[in-house]
Amino acid sequence: MVNAIQELGAKTTRFIEELGRIAVFTWLIVRAVFRPPPRIRPFIDEVFKVGVMSLVIICVSGVAVGAVLGLQGYNTLVRFGATESLGAAVGLVLFRELGPVLTALLFIGRAGSSTTAEIGTMVATEQLDGLRMMAVDPIHYVITPKALAMLFVMPLLSSLFILFGLGGGYLVGAQLMGVDPGSYISSLQNAIVFKDDILSSLIKALTFGCMVGVISTFEGYSSAPTSSGVSRATTASVVVGSVSVLIVDYLLTALMGV
Amino acid sequence: MNRVACRDFIVGLFVLAALVTIVFLSLGVGGLAYSTGTPLRLYANFDEIAGLKTRAPVVISGVKVGQVTEIVLNDDFRARVVIDVDGSLELPVDTSASIITSGVLGDRYISLMPGGEIDFLKSGEEIAFVESAVVLERLIGKLIHGAGTETE
Repeated sequence: MVNAIQELGAKTTRFIEELGRIAVFTWLIVRAVFRPPPRIRPFIDEVFKVGVMSLVIICVSGVAVGAVLGLQGYNTLVRFGATESLGAAVGLVLFRELGPVLTALLFIGRAGSSTTAEIGTMVATEQLDGLRMMAVDPIHYVITPKALAMLFVMPLLSSLFILFGLGGGYLVGAQLMGVDPGSYISSLQNAIVFKDDILSSLIKALTFGCMVGVISTFEGYSSAPTSSGVSRATTASVVVGSVSVLIVDYLLTALMGV
Repeated sequence: MNRVACRDFIVGLFVLAALVTIVFLSLGVGGLAYSTGTPLRLYANFDEIAGLKTRAPVVISGVKVGQVTEIVLNDDFRARVVIDVDGSLELPVDTSASIITSGVLGDRYISLMPGGEIDFLKSGEEIAFVESAVVLERLIGKLIHGAGTETE
């Protein structure tokens, strides 16, 4: 009994310690952003690696998700004779939830895990220690460009995902199932509000990008310097990232109150 | 182009494409375009708006010319609807506004019926002739009530 309570206490303490470490790590990154010299070149390379290289998976998933939404939405709406609202259904779901959330989940799998593995390997092969030996701050040189690139890229990828999703819904709904293309687009335009839907979609994407950037770099940076440590860190990065994105998504939706 | 320049070019292309997407989604889908240029702002008081929402379309002969921007309750307990329509429109002062449902259960929208006066409505003016929304339940209620009194 005492042991169980002791265990619970230890777990709680460890959890809070971990949160504190992430907070300190985030603060170090924020401080490093404003410290000269700016690391433009690594930043652009990272945007290429996590952004451009994720384009294919984001666009293909966007079309697939949009097509499924179009099909399911059509099958549901046709019972009520309201198929002309298909554009609104597909658009609202994509903008408000699926766009930012699915992009974030795909992004964690595609870019977050590889970033964690890369940094973890740097830790295991003592490359970061080497940097420290040369008086180069690894957070400034390695971590910050990666985290910033993820923050920067997420809203862009999310918008592309939404665009391709709308296209997929249009293809299935308007071309395949025979919803009038004009009413698909006009119901989409009537339903989507810039402030409520597009702005909150961008805010969500930005928040998720921030979280993925911090979590994936943190897990890599604090991984044990062994091969099993790197593997554990990569798993933790994906699990912690995905779960926190889903939880924060709920909180953001509730906060925005729309 | 060497490899670094080529990579920069691709990154630039990616960022540009994504920004164009955001702008397109905001303007083309989000309806930001209506805030450019000064719209003609009109007011209309309805007895019953029955589910009319902000951003509902405002049409003339079925063509969308603006949208509902605000709905508040007046002092005399009528619904005051603020309508923004295209600023270049010249609507006669005896224009009438009615709330119409698209389909049986569809969305409500406002239809403007231009009148024949020579003077035009200016921004901030009120549409005098309004026709409230038809509430289906009330109609059915009347029908049942009416049928009941007939048989008596």
